[in-house]
Amino acid sequence: MPKVVVDWLYVGVFAVVGVVLTVLPLAVVWLLAPRLSLPQKKLTYESGVIPFGQAWAQFNVRYYLFALVFVVFDVEVIYLYPWATVFRTLGAFAFYEMLIFLLILFVGLVYAWRKGALEWV
Amino acid sequence: MPEPVSFFREILKAIGLAVVVFTFLAVVGAMYGVYFERKISGWIQARIGPKHVGPYGLLQTIADTVKLLQKEHITPRRADALIFNTAPLIVAVAALLDWVVIPFGKEFGRVLIVRDINIGVLYFAAMASITVIGILAAGWASNNKYALLGGLRAASQMISYEIPLALGILWVVMIAGTLSTVGIVEAQRGGWFLFKVPPLGLLAAVLFLAAATAEVNRVPFDLPEAESELVAGYFAEYTGMRFALFQLGEYGEMFGMAALASVLFLGGWLEPNLPAWLWVALGLSALGVAAFVRFSALRTVYLLRPIMALAVLGAVLSAVMALGISTGRAPVLPSLIWFFAKMFALVFFLMWMRWTYPRLRLDQLLNLSWKVLLPVGLVNLLLTGFLLTVAR
Amino acid sequence: MGELAAFLILSALILIPAVIVVTSRNIVRAALSLVPTFLGVTGFYIMLQAEFVAGIQVLIYAGAITVLILFVIMLTEGGSGTMVRQVTGQVPLGAMAAIWLAFLILVVLSRTTWPTARGQLPQYSVQAIGTAFLTNYVLIFEVTSLVLLISLVGAIVIARREE
Repeated sequence: MPKVVVDWLYVGVFAVVGVVLTVLPLAVVWLLAPRLSLPQKKLTYESGVIPFGQAWAQFNVRYYLFALVFVVFDVEVIYLYPWATVFRTLGAFAFYEMLIFLLILFVGLVYAWRKGALEWV
Repeated sequence: MPEPVSFFREILKAIGLAVVVFTFLAVVGAMYGVYFERKISGWIQARIGPKHVGPYGLLQTIADTVKLLQKEHITPRRADALIFNTAPLIVAVAALLDWVVIPFGKEFGRVLIVRDINIGVLYFAAMASITVIGILAAGWASNNKYALLGGLRAASQMISYEIPLALGILWVVMIAGTLSTVGIVEAQRGGWFLFKVPPLGLLAAVLFLAAATAEVNRVPFDLPEAESELVAGYFAEYTGMRFALFQLGEYGEMFGMAALASVLFLGGWLEPNLPAWLWVALGLSALGVAAFVRFSALRTVYLLRPIMALAVLGAVLSAVMALGISTGRAPVLPSLIWFFAKMFALVFFLMWMRWTYPRLRLDQLLNLSWKVLLPVGLVNLLLTGFLLTVAR
Repeated sequence: MGELAAFLILSALILIPAVIVVTSRNIVRAALSLVPTFLGVTGFYIMLQAEFVAGIQVLIYAGAITVLILFVIMLTEGGSGTMVRQVTGQVPLGAMAAIWLAFLILVVLSRTTWPTARGQLPQYSVQAIGTAFLTNYVLIFEVTSLVLLISLVGAIVIARREE
């Protein structure tokens, strides 16, 4: 089997074993711990005050904007990975190509900054 | 066509390694990580920390674990039970999976690593981003507005710092020319990357460490789980062992980031290449520090007692190194020792930071990431790229 | 034989959660079911020995896009846990259309002669990909940055207008 497949087979096994080993203490708890069902116990915790109102946050666009800018820059970082690996072997032109790429995205960052997409308040 | 025998043998090896790494993570990382955190926090705060359970309180976390195993699992009413229960698993397993690519040492020509995945550091970054999903799921599934807000804020923080983290990693990849962790360590035989292209190496290391601290939600970036904010944030509704699993995930991830930082910037398992006289000098200065602490008025300060112990240890180490190098043996000490020394040094540094810096507010945190670290990281990459290719 | 088994397992890992995504009445569960689907696709990339693409798949799809989707869901009505009725009154019509389409696809698939690739798998290593888009595909690479810029600007414009 090619090395790549074996590598990730190990990752898969790790994931499965990880799940099993983390479920193990939970199973021990299920065996050992008491299970007294009282309605007060199931109340939402709010520092002792009786909770009121729905649990869901109001729509706030700033969370979405952060996630959005993050996705765009994550994709940019993806291009940086292969470049970083090979650029030394390719010479100066590889550097200039990435310079152009990053400059264009820098414009995007500045735009997001100016438009307040990066503000929390 | 894979032969069935070797296939099953590989699977068995994988299972064995997984159990070993998980145990290491659970015991050293989570249990003793928590113990050291409490001890070090205590010393910095001029108190002793746990001391009753076992000698020097070493069995404290074991006692805590036994206690946690008997705590009732409470699932809040109207919480989504399926997601509520799987969220801690996602966080804990993602932290475990990080460790597949960490090289622990090199003995007899073989690298001690689970698997040297070709895209090692990219894989590590990917596992770190899976954790965010677990946290979001936990916050939402708790049916608690504070937990939900905590989860959203934690997720916002973590995704904001993933880019600077990647930029720090990319700097190292640029120098090493490979994504494999083993390759990166081997490329540091001529000197640690921390000191390469000065001061840009240091800049990249600081960038990475800042981002790593934020990824693990530690001070000064621990707003999502600050005890005084949002009632412990996204894991407010989690009781007993399920809460412990979140801690396992967080401490496992913290140790993992420290391990990766030592691989990327401090040469991993490689022994520092210093001449013998330098080791002697270091040893003597360590002895000086120890003597100073022991015989001055400072000996009553709690924090300095372990420092004195460490200084003595350092002196012994330097003596051994000096002796070894002068007799021509290289490397003197096994690679495992160097790896763990570097990793624990970084973990200690992280714990030290916890009680040194005030917490950053969320908007300060996010500003730091997007408006400072991201541009600085990009400029760092471009500058280094320029220096390495054009300015030849 | 081993490859077939792996393919079947991965297909199940992809398709079953995909069905859950489409039919579940709890939107958050639907969104979270995307994760095993993405991981199954990662498995396929591994089988093709495209390691870098597999890593990207996890990083971007499972790590970034799922988070984005979850943010949107949790911040709008869907986050309140209201059950969404996924099945409308047009089930018979839809079922008929689906069956006819499936029939058509099966006919086309069975009548095409699929060429089997000969020789080595193309190189999908990180170095190969990097060299490729810095030499042969430079133009596409630079245009990609423009696409990213445009999508960023566009999304910010739309999102800000909602305020």
